[in-house]
Amino acid sequence: MAVTPLLETRGLTKSFAGVCVLDHVDFTLRAGEIHALLGENGAGKSTLIKLVTGVVSRDAGTVLLDGAAVDLRSADAALSAGVATVYQEVNMLPNLSVAQNLFLGRQPTRFGFVRESEMRRRATVLLNEFGLDIDVAAPLGDYSVAVQQITAIARAVDMSARVLILDEPTASLDKHEVEILFAAMRQLAGRGIGIVFVTHFLDQVYAISDRITVLRNGRLVGERETAKLPRMELVHMMLGRELSEVTVARSHHVAGMAHPPYAVFRQFGKAGTIAPFDLELRSGEVVGLAGLLGSGRTETARLVFGADRADVGTATVDGRAARLHSPRDAVQLGFGYCPEERKTDGIVAELTVRENIVLALQARRGLLKPLSRREQDEIATRFIKLLDIRPADPERPIGLLSGGNQQKALLARWLAISPRLLILDEPTRGIDVGAHAEIIRLIRQLCADGLALLVISSELEEIVTYADQVIVLRERAHVTALTSDAINVTSILAAIAADLPRAA
Amino acid sequence: MNRLFPVLVTTAVFLIGFVVCSLQFPNFASTRVVADLLTDNAFLGIVATGMTFVIISGGIDLSVGAVIGFTTVFLALAIQQLGISPWLAFAAILIVCAAFGAAMGAVIQYFDLPPFIVTLAGMFLARGASFLMSTESIPINAPLYSELPDYAIKLPGDGQLTVIAMIMLAVFAFGIVLLHFTRFGANVYALGGSRVTAALMGVRIGRVTILIYTLSSVLAGLSGIVFSFYTSAGYSLSAVGVELDTIAAVVIGGTLLAGGYGFVFGTFVGVLIQGLIQSYINFDGTLSSWWTKIATGILLFAFIVLQQAMVGFARRRSRRAVGVTLS
Repeated sequence: MAVTPLLETRGLTKSFAGVCVLDHVDFTLRAGEIHALLGENGAGKSTLIKLVTGVVSRDAGTVLLDGAAVDLRSADAALSAGVATVYQEVNMLPNLSVAQNLFLGRQPTRFGFVRESEMRRRATVLLNEFGLDIDVAAPLGDYSVAVQQITAIARAVDMSARVLILDEPTASLDKHEVEILFAAMRQLAGRGIGIVFVTHFLDQVYAISDRITVLRNGRLVGERETAKLPRMELVHMMLGRELSEVTVARSHHVAGMAHPPYAVFRQFGKAGTIAPFDLELRSGEVVGLAGLLGSGRTETARLVFGADRADVGTATVDGRAARLHSPRDAVQLGFGYCPEERKTDGIVAELTVRENIVLALQARRGLLKPLSRREQDEIATRFIKLLDIRPADPERPIGLLSGGNQQKALLARWLAISPRLLILDEPTRGIDVGAHAEIIRLIRQLCADGLALLVISSELEEIVTYADQVIVLRERAHVTALTSDAINVTSILAAIAADLPRAA
Repeated sequence: MNRLFPVLVTTAVFLIGFVVCSLQFPNFASTRVVADLLTDNAFLGIVATGMTFVIISGGIDLSVGAVIGFTTVFLALAIQQLGISPWLAFAAILIVCAAFGAAMGAVIQYFDLPPFIVTLAGMFLARGASFLMSTESIPINAPLYSELPDYAIKLPGDGQLTVIAMIMLAVFAFGIVLLHFTRFGANVYALGGSRVTAALMGVRIGRVTILIYTLSSVLAGLSGIVFSFYTSAGYSLSAVGVELDTIAAVVIGGTLLAGGYGFVFGTFVGVLIQGLIQSYINFDGTLSSWWTKIATGILLFAFIVLQQAMVGFARRRSRRAVGVTLS
């Protein structure tokens, strides 16, 4: 079969600041198919899209459209070549009418005047094709995100797009809206338009896609037909590791026996964010949270830390009912939180390592009781030595350190306030492999020192080496808790991939 | 139609204000008062039309008052000292203003600077240039200046629709057509919604930005020509602070200061409201004319509060029900 694919990339490669984010990726999109592009954070999905549309220039490789090499330089050029991208955050103008949004820049005119009624008529016809019957004269911002997205898609298709890239279009849609969008997608595929569908909802992937391409760490893992790919294998493709460097056997002590729990959460949850869950955190124990992106891991952590406010359930700390309305409350209770987005939520890049380390301690003491320079130096030096932060220079701006050392400095920040519970969100993400082992060693050591730890990680091989209990999340709910001998990569993968008892 | 709500409120305020004035002063409700209202505020109306485009596009133009001042001095010098025909002088100043506005728009676009700073610099530049030309008030004695009032249209009653008033009405009509019935107008709203998105959707934002500030400066120049007819003189200190009155008129007219929403008609009513307050004070005769400023301030504040309340209300309001037919 010598059917030329609609869109093809060969050996696409891109490095940012010396780090290879996309490594010789081949991707093929055929006309009339819905092709899911999957991968965890940092797998290279968005980089691939940006290289295809020319928003970011590629280092190597070719992009072929209808079998001919193209060199797109901007979103505009991509659009005229027939490649349109619709993002999760709709790039349309909420203050203009639906009709104006559809026809901006190409409104029907007569003697230079926009023919408003003609434009509305065409807009109505266009949206009717997508099963949307709305007042096109109303501002776009009056409508739901789903309608805005379909409007964006309709505009792209009407401007003769043949390749449609949908970047997490369903992330902020409810179930009904997803159905509307899917109906529109199926209809477009039927017309021979190729659709790239980026998402992290596996149910949706199986509901709509014909083919799946999985990326991991900037590399192509494989391309499969959806119908022939079991869920378990898909999850394995997304999360599994070819070689596991750290497979250190460890004895998990039996949870629940050693100490009374330090912090207990009962039916804790927040509507629309995470279903109510029970969680017990003990001193000297590590609880791991495993699941796919968007399964509710970070949401759980934010709730526990008070960064989001739970609307149901109770929290008990040290046997007393606790108020967890803000991170401030959490810090008072002895909680610490190292967020996932180290660069944006964690470090203050311009400040020195010393200043970054004392930040939380100073915040807790209040502005009126400043730490003396001598105390700061003493704390910084102690933790630099304890955690082996390199280079061991407290006065170096933290932005100049490697990812692993930044992570250690962040740990030091929270350790400086002597926490009882530490929440780590993806502590090993974005740091080189050598530093992984060190962070893991540190986690074990902290645990041995009597700290309660709640660790979120996509690195399942790592989680099994330090967790005493692993909670598996799926679709924004805690679904399984694994303890002691049940903790292994296979059982975690099985729990993540397990088919949902289908509602409706 | 909630987008029309602020304009309706503005119109209602004007009508109520007019009725109140009419009840208090027996001679108020006459074509003469109405015609004077149009004539006296023509310069403000013309410049406010341009400002409406600027503010809807998400910008601001602080230079308009200085451009009016510059225009009056330029005209006085050209007509009186150089002996140029007024018509030629008008054409020349409008070209100068267009170039000035285009330059500001280009700087805003290509150096990616905030309009506030660029037009503030433009304000100092224009005002400074007019001082450079002359610090004195120069009278204009050209025949056109004394003849113009003869061309007024008599209205039933005592009123006269002057040429100046007609110019303003024509500018408003032009503004309404340009903003609401052309692609350029749609692009102005698009810019006010989001410059980045507008660019992604293929709007040539550089061109539109330059055109918007060109329009604003040209209308400020036209306003300066009209202003020179009031005083028959050119003076470098004329129209100081008019940019702020203009912004006030636009905002009272229901245009969102953050950009994206507004109507030229609203600005027209906003100008009339300011004129109405002035007329009230003139009729009363005992009040200080500074009460105009105070009343304008109070109104402006009330309208900004109203707009914020509406924006907040619109956010909280549940999304419009979607009529969907799944096929």
